[in-house]
Amino acid sequence: METLILVIIGLVGAPLAGGLLAGLDRRVTAWFQSRQGPPIMQAFYDVAKLFGKEKMVVNQWQILCAWVYLVAAAASVALFFAQGDLLLVIFVQAIGAVFLVMGALSTKSPYAQVGAQRELIQVLAYEPILVLVFVGFYMVTGSFSIEAIWAQETPLLAKMPLLYLALGYALTIKLRKSPFDFSTSHHGHQELVKGVLTEYSGPYLGLIEIAHWYETILVLGLCALFWHTNVAWMALLLAATYMLEILVDNTMARMTWRWMIKRVWLLGMGMSVVNLIWLYAG
Amino acid sequence: MFGSFIKKSRAKSPWIMHFDCGSCNGCDIEVLACLTPLYDVERFGVVNVGNPKHADVLLVTGTVNHRNKKVLKNIYDQMPEPKAVIAIGACGNTGGVFREAYNVVGGVDKVIPVDVYVPGCPAKPEAIIDGVVAGLAKFAQKVEEAK
Repeated sequence: METLILVIIGLVGAPLAGGLLAGLDRRVTAWFQSRQGPPIMQAFYDVAKLFGKEKMVVNQWQILCAWVYLVAAAASVALFFAQGDLLLVIFVQAIGAVFLVMGALSTKSPYAQVGAQRELIQVLAYEPILVLVFVGFYMVTGSFSIEAIWAQETPLLAKMPLLYLALGYALTIKLRKSPFDFSTSHHGHQELVKGVLTEYSGPYLGLIEIAHWYETILVLGLCALFWHTNVAWMALLLAATYMLEILVDNTMARMTWRWMIKRVWLLGMGMSVVNLIWLYAG
Repeated sequence: MFGSFIKKSRAKSPWIMHFDCGSCNGCDIEVLACLTPLYDVERFGVVNVGNPKHADVLLVTGTVNHRNKKVLKNIYDQMPEPKAVIAIGACGNTGGVFREAYNVVGGVDKVIPVDVYVPGCPAKPEAIIDGVVAGLAKFAQKVEEAK
């Protein structure tokens, strides 16, 4: 019964929190650029407007792919809130990510095609990091389930600080922020006119936006697991991490996918492996 | 309730797309000036998108000629309803000083329906913002009438 309530909180609360966070993000970004910025509720206005637009699709696949992306993102958040198995969470989330790419590949637009290839490379970059972080959880708790993490007495950040830094790479990629925003970015007029999202429009783009909110909350939830013992410290950790993300987004230029693969695999995986060896030896 | 929220949201989230039909670049830089911190139209939820499939408002500058009229029509057709078109500057409105030229079709309204005309050579950023606001009011009215 308690699990069911948690799942409902996750399913309803995650998109609301994700949307607010997106609005807050734009406000803070505007503040960095000495502008006023849109209202905090802007993300909800955008999505509501998209739902009111004409349904225009290139082919039927796009409808299915947008829905599967949303359902997979929501299901992974539900599993996360149900304190389920972390590996299951990541694999369900990966299904959604792959369907988003399939939807883009099903169209003939060269922008969508290139965007889809780049999105695949991004998935290839962040998935191993996530798996290594889960291996770290396993080495500390002896289980892949989130319940085992809650049973720990000390915050995990003390034991896996380098894995947290590596998770930061995954967060930056998942939030589609600079320097890793080359498959699609918030500034859609740049380069690929929105890359993987080029051919999605109207309500289907709205579905993808909601799915993106779910995924944001999922990755931030993973970050929250690193300081599960105290809610105040958890909130502080998340706020600091997200502020750093916005700062990085605003101060970094976009890089190429080769640069991303080098950084994320060498530095990110290197840090993860060093931390894992440390956990193994200790 | 959700329906009325969608209706309200339309005016609060206009995603603009900007198309230059061979303008002298005067109106174009004024359009882009609206997005700078001085005018900051993002306050009103305006986002400059590069994709007609995501756009609500089409801003057109420059004279339409026989070569780019097809492109303009194509971009307009790719925008999902409801949508609005705003012609900017003397050239966009009527063809300006080039209207008699042999390759010039005339104003934007010769090819696609225009909702708002923003005068000026070049149009001031204030006038463009006014035009977008007037365009949104018109487009809300259009949606009402369609129902």
